[in-house]
Formats: sequence, C-alpha cells, structure tokens
Amino acid sequence: MSQAAVEVPPKGGFSFDLCRRNDMLSKKGVPLPSFRKTGTTIVGLIFQDGVILGADTRATEGPIVCDKNCEKIHYMAPNIYCCGAGTAADTEAVTEMVNSQLQLHRYHTGGRESRVVTALTLLKSHLFNYQGHVQAALVLGGVDVTGPHLHTIYPHGSTDSLPFATMGSGSLAAMAVFESKYHEGLTREEGINLVCEAICSGIFNDLGSGSNVDICVITKGHKEYLRNHHMPNPRTYFHSQGFSFPKKIG
Amino acid sequence: MDSNQAAKQHSLVGSEADSQRTLYPYVTGTSVVALKYKDGILMAADMGGSYGSTLRYKSVERLKAVGKHSLLGASGEISDFQEILRYLDELILYDNMWDDGNSFGPKEVHSYLTRVMYNRRNKFDPLWNSLVLGGVKNGQKYLGMVSMIGVNFEDNHVATGFGNHLARPLLRDEWHENLSFEDGVKLLEKCMRVLLYRDRSAINKLQIAKITEEGVTISPPYALKTFWGFSAFENPTVGAEGSW
Repeated sequence: MSQAAVEVPPKGGFSFDLCRRNDMLSKKGVPLPSFRKTGTTIVGLIFQDGVILGADTRATEGPIVCDKNCEKIHYMAPNIYCCGAGTAADTEAVTEMVNSQLQLHRYHTGGRESRVVTALTLLKSHLFNYQGHVQAALVLGGVDVTGPHLHTIYPHGSTDSLPFATMGSGSLAAMAVFESKYHEGLTREEGINLVCEAICSGIFNDLGSGSNVDICVITKGHKEYLRNHHMPNPRTYFHSQGFSFPKKIG
Repeated sequence: MDSNQAAKQHSLVGSEADSQRTLYPYVTGTSVVALKYKDGILMAADMGGSYGSTLRYKSVERLKAVGKHSLLGASGEISDFQEILRYLDELILYDNMWDDGNSFGPKEVHSYLTRVMYNRRNKFDPLWNSLVLGGVKNGQKYLGMVSMIGVNFEDNHVATGFGNHLARPLLRDEWHENLSFEDGVKLLEKCMRVLLYRDRSAINKLQIAKITEEGVTISPPYALKTFWGFSAFENPTVGAEGSW
C-alpha cells in the first residue's frame, strides 16, 4: 500500500496557502495587485417618516478611478436597502447573499415583511465568521413593522444602531456635516438635502469619493431609489459638433 | 561577511547607539482651527495635553501671542511647542533691540518657523508640531500653517490634525469673505463641537483667540454645549430586545 496521504481540502472558510507564496514574492519586490475598492462616502439618517440612505458613485483601484458611476446602494428587501464601502466584490457578494436569504425566509414565513434586524444579524454573523477578511463596511437602513432602523456594520462584525451614520474614506467629511446640522424630526426635503450635502462634502473633500450622489428614501410601505439624484461633476468641455478625422492616412 | 561590516560602517543614518533623533511624541495637543474674518484672524484650540491615551493635562494653553502682530497655535508635542516659543522670544527680542521702528509681521514669523521646521526635519530630528500662524499688519490679514516636515502654505482657513478631516469640509462650505466676528466665532465653535464629538483626544475646554490690527485677545477657557438626546441613543435596541 502506498504511503501517499490523500490531500483533504480544509472544511469551509478561507484557505491561506497562497499567503506564504505572496510573502515570498513581496520580499523579492513583486508588488501585490491592487483590488477594486469603493473608497467611498456612504451615509444614512433617520427622518420623521423613515430612513434616507446616500452614497457617492466612485470606485477606485489604487489611485485610478475604475468606475465613475457605480451603484453602492444595494437592494436587500422591498423595505430594506444597504450601502456598502470597502472591497467592491465583498460588498456585492455579501449583500446579494443576504438578499436571497431574506427572500427565502419570506417564503418560509408566510410572506411577512422582512425586519431590518434580520438582515443585520445575517450580515454580522457572516462577517464575524470570516474574522474581518471579508472587507465590507455597510450602512443598513429600512422600515419594518417595528419602525425605522439604521445600523452600521463593520468588517469584523460589530454593529451600531444610530440616528445618523457615515462610513468609508469620506466618512469624516460627511460626519462633520451631520454632527453640525442633524436634528430629530427632519422632513423628507430637509433629509434629502442634508444627505446630499454630506455626500457632496465627501465627494469634494475626500479623494476616494467622487462623481454623483445616489439617494434612497424608505418610508412605511414605500421606497424611492433616486439614482444620480445630484450630479455635481459634469463633463464641462466637449466639442459640440464632435470630431471629424480625415480618412486618408499619410 | 566583510561586505556586511563595510555596509554597516558606511550606513547613511549612523549607528543606533548615538541616535539623537525624535522618534515619537509624548505629551500632545490635538487640533487647532483658524479662519480669516473681517477684522483679522480667529483661532481656536482646546486645552488638553494627552500623554498617549491618558488625558494628563487639562490647562495647556496652545495659543500664544508672538510680537505685536502675530498669533501662534500649535498641535503636537507640547515640549517642542515650548521650545519654539523660546526661539520666537529670542527672535522678537533681537528685532526689538534694533529699535528701528520696524517689527516682524506674521509673514516674517511664518517664514522663520518654516525654515526652523524644515531644517530640523532634514536632520531627522523634527520638532513634532503642526503650527498655525495668523496675524494682521498694516491692514493685511495673514493666515498660514507649517507642519513638522516643513510643508507650509497660506489660506483663508486652516486646521491641524483631525481638524483637517472634520473641520475643513465645514469651513470650505461655509466660509466667505468678510465674516463678522459673531459669525466667525459661531463657525469656529461649530467646528470645535464636531471635533469634540468625534476626536478622542479633544476635551470640552477651549480658548478662542482673536488678532486684529489693535492686538491679540485670548478668551478665558470655556465649554461648548453638546446634545445627546437622540431617541436612537436612548433606546438603540427598539424592536430587538437584547441585541446591540
């Protein structure tokens, strides 16, 4: 009988085998490839009728803007939306996963409206399981039978329940706006304007955020996804008649 | 073996044994925020001196008048700030001894500080401060900043440390030419309040200083009003008892 041991793959979780190779390569001077991050400004606030979420639309790969108009506000349930900052693949994957889990749960439980705390618990237990390696920092907001809710979820799995929240590289610029102007009982117009101001503060003061402002307003029984609600960075100079290049070459 | 030893002897930085370089700060002050207004410059700083993560000193004056025309605010290592004040004392004294009717204005003091900071940085022994220099001379308002590596610039509003991230977005939005004194103080207090909420080394005891053609006034220490009455703070787990 041959003594060759059968290679059994590890049971679930991440396999860190390539880390030794990466270490060796970086010691030899080979740079790690950068991955697409949503260096971002995402915000949420609770107003008198519900929750408003906002996000910028720039996705970066290191110093390069790889997507000028990406969508950072993800659908979770008809009454729950989630903004994502961090590694774009991680935020997409984790929100889509919890989205399907919520839908299956609705099927299992007689079609009742999903609760925000359900999405919160699913997200935080997944992120905690991966000990911070899934780099998704989320602002989760929605309105369910128990009222409006707004939560922040950090990559290691901790959560906060807040009246107003900001995440991402532009979070300090946006938080400065919220801390100075937020108060309870905002109307819909005031809330949208404040969210817009906070995202614009991130767009213009943080290099990782830019382009346009997306807004999502969630109230009891109704939601409005305002894609590109505000576009403060238009392309200013372009030739109105286009260009005509001569066909003959040389 | 030989090449290793040779490399050690020719090392650019010198052996660690006789190292005389500043490695890290000990007692630090947090942000300073300043802006130009109609009659001159307004500058604000809290009075905290942190020793690592301990709030050790709560009456550190980080805003000081320099000569007749300037006001200096500093964040970073407090002992280095005191050393800089001694250098400036000597500078102003020598200037006074000339007795020629001229006196150093804010531009000159800023230039002097930039040279001092940059020179120390080149010797790998920085004065671990971010300095804000404001003043008025002959009707000309001046507000500038020098960092510990010698980066210096002049602007209508400046901030150091955390103030760069939290206060400057607000200042960029709401500052305009010819702010009145009351509006300037309100704007500075708004920035200091945000810093108080969101900077862990900030304390609620601050001074605001004003410098105009007439001279420098540094206010006595006072505290800002804060608001903590949000319903989500009082009852964060509504709808999910036992969660957090």
